[in-house]
Amino acid sequence: MASKLTRANRTGWLMAFPGVALMTLFIIVPFFLAFAFSLTNQRLASPNAAEYVGFENYSDLLGVAVFTLEPERDDSGAVVRDGDGEIEYPRLRNFTRNNPDYPNLAGKREWFSWQSGENRVVVLASDVVFMKALVNTFTFVLFVAPIQAGLALCLALLINQKLYGINIFRTIYFMPVVVSIVVVSLLWRFIYSPGDGLLNNVLGWLTFGAFEGIDWLGRTDTALPSIMAMSIWQGVGFQMVIWLAGLQNISPTLYEAGEIEGASKWQTFRYITWPGLRNTAVLILIVITMQAFALFAQIDVMTQGGPLDSTQVLVFQAVERGYGKQDISGGSTISVILFVIVLSISLVQRYLTREK
Amino acid sequence: MADVKLKGIKKSYGPVDVIKGVDIDVNDGEFVVFVGPSGCGKSTLLRMIAGLEDITGGTLEIGTRVVNEVPASERGIAMVFQSYAIFPHMTVRENIAFGLTIAKTPKAEKDEKVMEAARILQMENLLDRRPSQLSGGQRQRVAIGRAITRNPEVFLFDEPLSNLDAALRLDMRMEIGKLHKSLGATMIYVTHDQVEAMTLADKIVVLKDGYVQQMGAPMDLYHRPNNLFVAGFIGAPSMNFLDVDIVSQDGTSAKVNSPVVAEFAAPVWRDGVGQTPKATLGIRPQDLRPVAEGGILEGTVTLAERLGTETIVDIRLSHGHRVLASLGEDRVFEPGEHIRLDFDHEKAHLFAPATDQEKQAAQSAA
Repeated sequence: MASKLTRANRTGWLMAFPGVALMTLFIIVPFFLAFAFSLTNQRLASPNAAEYVGFENYSDLLGVAVFTLEPERDDSGAVVRDGDGEIEYPRLRNFTRNNPDYPNLAGKREWFSWQSGENRVVVLASDVVFMKALVNTFTFVLFVAPIQAGLALCLALLINQKLYGINIFRTIYFMPVVVSIVVVSLLWRFIYSPGDGLLNNVLGWLTFGAFEGIDWLGRTDTALPSIMAMSIWQGVGFQMVIWLAGLQNISPTLYEAGEIEGASKWQTFRYITWPGLRNTAVLILIVITMQAFALFAQIDVMTQGGPLDSTQVLVFQAVERGYGKQDISGGSTISVILFVIVLSISLVQRYLTREK
Repeated sequence: MADVKLKGIKKSYGPVDVIKGVDIDVNDGEFVVFVGPSGCGKSTLLRMIAGLEDITGGTLEIGTRVVNEVPASERGIAMVFQSYAIFPHMTVRENIAFGLTIAKTPKAEKDEKVMEAARILQMENLLDRRPSQLSGGQRQRVAIGRAITRNPEVFLFDEPLSNLDAALRLDMRMEIGKLHKSLGATMIYVTHDQVEAMTLADKIVVLKDGYVQQMGAPMDLYHRPNNLFVAGFIGAPSMNFLDVDIVSQDGTSAKVNSPVVAEFAAPVWRDGVGQTPKATLGIRPQDLRPVAEGGILEGTVTLAERLGTETIVDIRLSHGHRVLASLGEDRVFEPGEHIRLDFDHEKAHLFAPATDQEKQAAQSAA
C-alpha cells in the first residue's frame, strides 16, 4: 500500500519546491529580467527610476553604417596628397559629430575601412568594442568548435582500442576537464608568460635557442589564438568521452560484416563508424557551439579583453558593462543578443542535421 | 563452390580451451549444420572459418587453400549474422550492394547483381526502404542478399533465425532451404535449435564442450546416436533415460531389467555397453505406446498435453522415475490414470551407465 505521503500531489510539489524555487530565482527570473532591462535605461545602482527606452539599447549596440570618404581636392580638382604621397581625406569626425547632413552617422566611430580606387570606404559602428567582441566570439566558435570536435574524435578513436593500460590514457586526456577553468586559465597564464614562460622555454629549447620569446597574451595577433588553443586543450577530454560513448554504441557485428566484405580502415570509418556517430555528432556540435559562445573565464583571468580589445568577447562584455560600468541594461541587451544568436544557430544546426 | 576441411582445429583464449581439436569435412555444395548447447563452441568454430577469430591450432582449408592466415575478405566466404548486421543508415539497395561498393565495382554491374539478389529473395519492391522500415524477416533477407552478391564459395550462417518469432522462423527456414537448393552453394549453419538442424542439414555436427560428439545425416543421428548426449539432444521431446541392470548378454543383444523396467532383450551395438553389469536405457517418447496388458513400463499419468496431432503424456513410474510418451494421436488421459507402456524392443537404446547429471545435461540441452 502506498502511503499518503507518496501519493499526495502536494507532497511532491513541496519536495520539489527548494530546487524549483532556486532555479526560478537564479535562472528563470533573470532570463526574463534581461529581456525587460534591455528595453530600459536601468543602471545597477541609481537614484533615478528606470525609463522605457524601446530598442535604443539594441541600436546603440548594433548600429552600423557604411560611408565613402572622397579625397580632398584642390581648386583644379586634383587629389591632394601629403608629403608621403598618401591621399588626404577629410576628417571622419566632421561627419559623425554635430553634422545635421549625416544624422545616420551621428556618434558612430570607425570600425574598419578599405581603399576603393581613390575613395576610402569606412564601416562605422555605434559600438566598436561590441562589434569586436561579436567578431572575436564568432572567430572563437568557428575555430574552436570544429578543431575541438575533430581532435576529440581522433582521441576517442585512439583510446577506443583494446590496449594494455588504455585507461591511463583516458584518464590523462580527461583530466583537464576536471580541473576548474579558472585554475587552468591561471596555469596557462604562466605557460604563456613572456620571457621565460614555459611555452617560450620549450620552443627555445626545441629550436636550440633560435626562437625568441613571444608575449603570447600581450600581442593582438597571438592573444586570441592562444586562448583558443588553451580552451581546446581544456575541453577536448569532455567531448572525447561523448564520442567514446557513441563509438561504443556501434554494434561490433557491423565491423565484422565490414571486415568480411574487405573494407579498408578508411572505408570502415566512412561507411560504418561515421554514420553510426551521427546522433553523437549533432549533440557534440550543439554543445561545443554553445560552450564556445559562453567563453568568459579564460578572458577574465588571462587578458581582460585586451590587448587593444583583441580578445573582447560577448559574455565578457556583458559582465564588464553590467557590473564594471554598472550599465545593467547594456549588459542585458548583450545577453539577449547572445541568446538569440545561440538559439538561431542551434535551430539551424538541428534543421541541417535532422533525420531525413 | 568449394569444400571446407577442418583438421585438428583448436581455439584457446589464454588458458581456456574452447575448441579442443575438431575434424570436420564439409563437401562441396553440402548444407552442414553445427548444433549444440550454448557454450559448446559452435559459433566460435564458425567465426574461425569466417576469419573473425584466430585459429590456435590445426589447419583450415577452403577449396584447396589453407586459409589459416588469410584475411576474412579473401577466404571466399559470406556470413549472415544473428543480429543481421545490416547498416541502419543505408537503404536496402545500398546494404545489399555494400560489398560491391567497397570493392569499387562499376555501377552497372552493381545494379545488376543487386537486382539478381533481390529477385532471388523476392524483395525487389523493398530496395529503397531503410532497415527501420523492415520487419525482422525482411532484415534477415537483406543480410542474406548482401551475402549473395559476394558470390561466395561458402555461406556461413550464425544463428540467423534466433531473433525471429516462431512463425517467421518457419518461413525463413524454408526460404534458406530453398536458397541452398537453387544456389547449390556450400553452406555452414550454426544453431542451437535441433529442429532447424534436422530440417535443413545434409549433415549435422553435434558439438559439446569443444568436441565433436557425432557427425552425420540427420536420420543417422536420430536413429543411431553415438552417445547419450546426442541421443538426448536430437529429437523432441528428449529421449527418456532409465538405469537398468544387464541380466545376460550375447553378441548383439542383452537382457535388461530394473525395478521399474520389466525384463526384455535390447540390441547392443555401442562401445562401452556390457562391460559393466549396469547400463542406461534410452527410449524415444515417440516409440512408447499404451497397452492394455503386459508392457515394459507401468505408472500413473500426471499430465497430458493434447496437441491435436499428438498427445504428450507425463508418466510417473515407481521409485521416483518418470518418462514422457508422445502418442501420434489425440487421446484423453485423466491425471492419476494407471497406464502400461510397451515399445518396439529393437528401437531401445543401451548406453554405457551414465550419471543423473549426464542424463539431465543431455535432455535439457535440446
